[in-house]
Amino acid sequence: MEDLRLQNNSEHNNEHNNEHNSDQHSSSHHQPAKGIMRWILTTNHKDIGTLYLCFSFLMFLVGGAMAMVIRAELYQPGLQIVEPNFFNQMTTVHGLIMVFGAVMPAFTGLANWLIPMMIGAPDMALPRMNNWSFWILPMAFTILLSSLFMEGGGPNFGWTFYAPLSTTYAPDSTALFVFAIHIMGISSILGAINVVVTIINMRAPGMTYMKMPLFVWTWLITAFLLIAVMPVLAATVTMVLTDKYFGTSFFAAAGGGDPVLFQHIFWFFGHPEVYIMILPSFGIISAIIPTFSRKKLFGYSSMVYATSSIAILSFTVWAHHMFTTGMPVAAELFFMYCTMLISVPTGVKVFNWVATMWRGSLTFETPMLFAIAFIVLFTIGGFSGLMLAITPADFQYHDTYFVVAHFHYVLVTGAIFSIMAAAYYWLPKWTGHMYDERLGKIHFWCSLISVNVLFFPMHFLGLAGMPRRVPDYALQFADFNQLVSLGGFAFGLSQLIFLAVLVKCVRGGEKAPAKPWEGAEGLEWDMPSPAPYHSHTTPPEIK
Amino acid sequence: MSQLQKNNQQLIVKLCTAIVLMFGFGFALVPLYDVFCQVTGLNGRSITKAPAQSMIIDKTRTVRLQFMTSVPPGMAWDFSPALHYVDVHPGENKVVKFNAHNLSDRTIVGQAVPSVSPGLAASYLNKTECFCFTQQPLNAGQRTEMGLVFFISPDIPKDIHTLTLSYALFDVTKPPSAQATPSNVEFAEHTEHAEHAAHAEHSEHAAM
Repeated sequence: MEDLRLQNNSEHNNEHNNEHNSDQHSSSHHQPAKGIMRWILTTNHKDIGTLYLCFSFLMFLVGGAMAMVIRAELYQPGLQIVEPNFFNQMTTVHGLIMVFGAVMPAFTGLANWLIPMMIGAPDMALPRMNNWSFWILPMAFTILLSSLFMEGGGPNFGWTFYAPLSTTYAPDSTALFVFAIHIMGISSILGAINVVVTIINMRAPGMTYMKMPLFVWTWLITAFLLIAVMPVLAATVTMVLTDKYFGTSFFAAAGGGDPVLFQHIFWFFGHPEVYIMILPSFGIISAIIPTFSRKKLFGYSSMVYATSSIAILSFTVWAHHMFTTGMPVAAELFFMYCTMLISVPTGVKVFNWVATMWRGSLTFETPMLFAIAFIVLFTIGGFSGLMLAITPADFQYHDTYFVVAHFHYVLVTGAIFSIMAAAYYWLPKWTGHMYDERLGKIHFWCSLISVNVLFFPMHFLGLAGMPRRVPDYALQFADFNQLVSLGGFAFGLSQLIFLAVLVKCVRGGEKAPAKPWEGAEGLEWDMPSPAPYHSHTTPPEIK
Repeated sequence: MSQLQKNNQQLIVKLCTAIVLMFGFGFALVPLYDVFCQVTGLNGRSITKAPAQSMIIDKTRTVRLQFMTSVPPGMAWDFSPALHYVDVHPGENKVVKFNAHNLSDRTIVGQAVPSVSPGLAASYLNKTECFCFTQQPLNAGQRTEMGLVFFISPDIPKDIHTLTLSYALFDVTKPPSAQATPSNVEFAEHTEHAEHAAHAEHSEHAAM
């Protein structure tokens, strides 16, 4: 393989690639195996990417079903459908599944599919490890979900598992929660190692760092963030485990520990984690906006620097989650100013996207619609984040539905909208078929309207004082909650349209050309659609 | 081994080292946090014992120290301060009593954990004797008076007029199989020798 790569001239790479593949048609080494074992034993970056994406979509539906339980219970004041303890398990596991099961694996799946194609590599650097980093994920979520059926129930302390809720007052199943988090963490760390090694060592000759597509850049930075903070999460859950079961007192004041310490350690992980879930989105949007504006990205290098500064700043803002724990004024001001500082590089990005669209010849295919919705709605989430960053204001907003509205705007209309945009954008490359544009647009408009009906009124509920994580509420919140629930059900159902689009596109449809989008740029569009089982077996020429 | 594999291996070793270090860093945050809180007085933690010393009493200033106690649900103790606050001059030694009563029919060992608010004032509140330095066993139905001897450093910032000292009580009784902790006998002596410092003020405030 090495030799082949060196001999071959880049001039006839595409044709040669095809020939090469069809020559080897019978060889089992170059074609996927048949049946279920193909998926279990695969070391192919595209197969593993597909597994990640399918798994994350499944988890998205499971976590979404839990959100439906939450919204059904909150449709009316009073307790109607579920017990408060089960409600708490739903909020907890909904959060855990969406963060660790839906958003993060979806980005890893996209990284697996796209990074080797984008940098001109034949595969990921560590294909066997890649197989493992995917296959331990279903194990982790089986453990987590099975704990819901145990006596005493599953985790019910919120996805942030603050001590002493997760130690002194936690259900017996907490050990399962801890092990599940450990396995998810190991999976993410393995995935991150693979991404870093691939990007640093496997770029095609001529692919300098400043020529890499922004999706690759943002993922490189994300991978470093993962390597820095996932071990801290592992340390946190280990301390919770020993506090609960082995009599240590990391977070128990009676034994000399401190529950506030838990929050410091957790958010030292938790805040960079927030950026782990949004930086790859920035890369996706930076690919889609120029394509459908038929212009180059307004400022490539400013995007790279902005992403790096966001990543660095993310380590200096964790205590803005803890303004009400009684920090001294100096610390509150420090974290307030650092948090606000993050809006500067984020503003650079939003400005970049808008400037790219300015005087472009825009068309509005489904990926572009999702990308534009991302820019507008993510910015709304950013603004409410800026409000939350103001320390004295945060004393009012803390732990209310305002916070829920804020992080759903950045995670649902931010991260998840960008993942959907990416799916529509690269589906022709993955499947070889165009998706159903009409159905895609229906999916977009249904999602866009319902998601705002779902999350926008939450701002007002929060400002009026409705606390988060409650199964029951005061009567004055009833009307808005009903509206929110209706939006929630509509948003949930809209995702079934997405499922239909995906199934339809995988099974058939209009044949996609190698480059289905007129303005698209990047090495992945030089390959035929569907992309051959092995990416660049000869290194492509980098212009 | 090809050059690529060699490069990969080197990078993997570096990344794994970073991962192990960050895992260790997670745990290192625990002592770091304690040191940080002690140095800066953040978080209102003042558990250390200060040496008794005679100081110039600053009669021009009066600082009020308020007391709070909390007992966790399920712990059958009454635990309350004899006074809700005392006014002291910085530098002056003061004795305060806390009443504890075990309401249950078994021995319960309590551990009081202090916290001072505002947090930055914690380092000026010096406890020379405190029941919070040791665990307090109380037999079934036993009542006791527990003492606290403290002074406030004369260099306390001028803008601090009121401090709150809060004691959170915790049940640290070992399960029957475990070895019982030795009781804190010496404390009684300390409270006695400090008795003379008790003020008439006490009764005055108690009445309030």
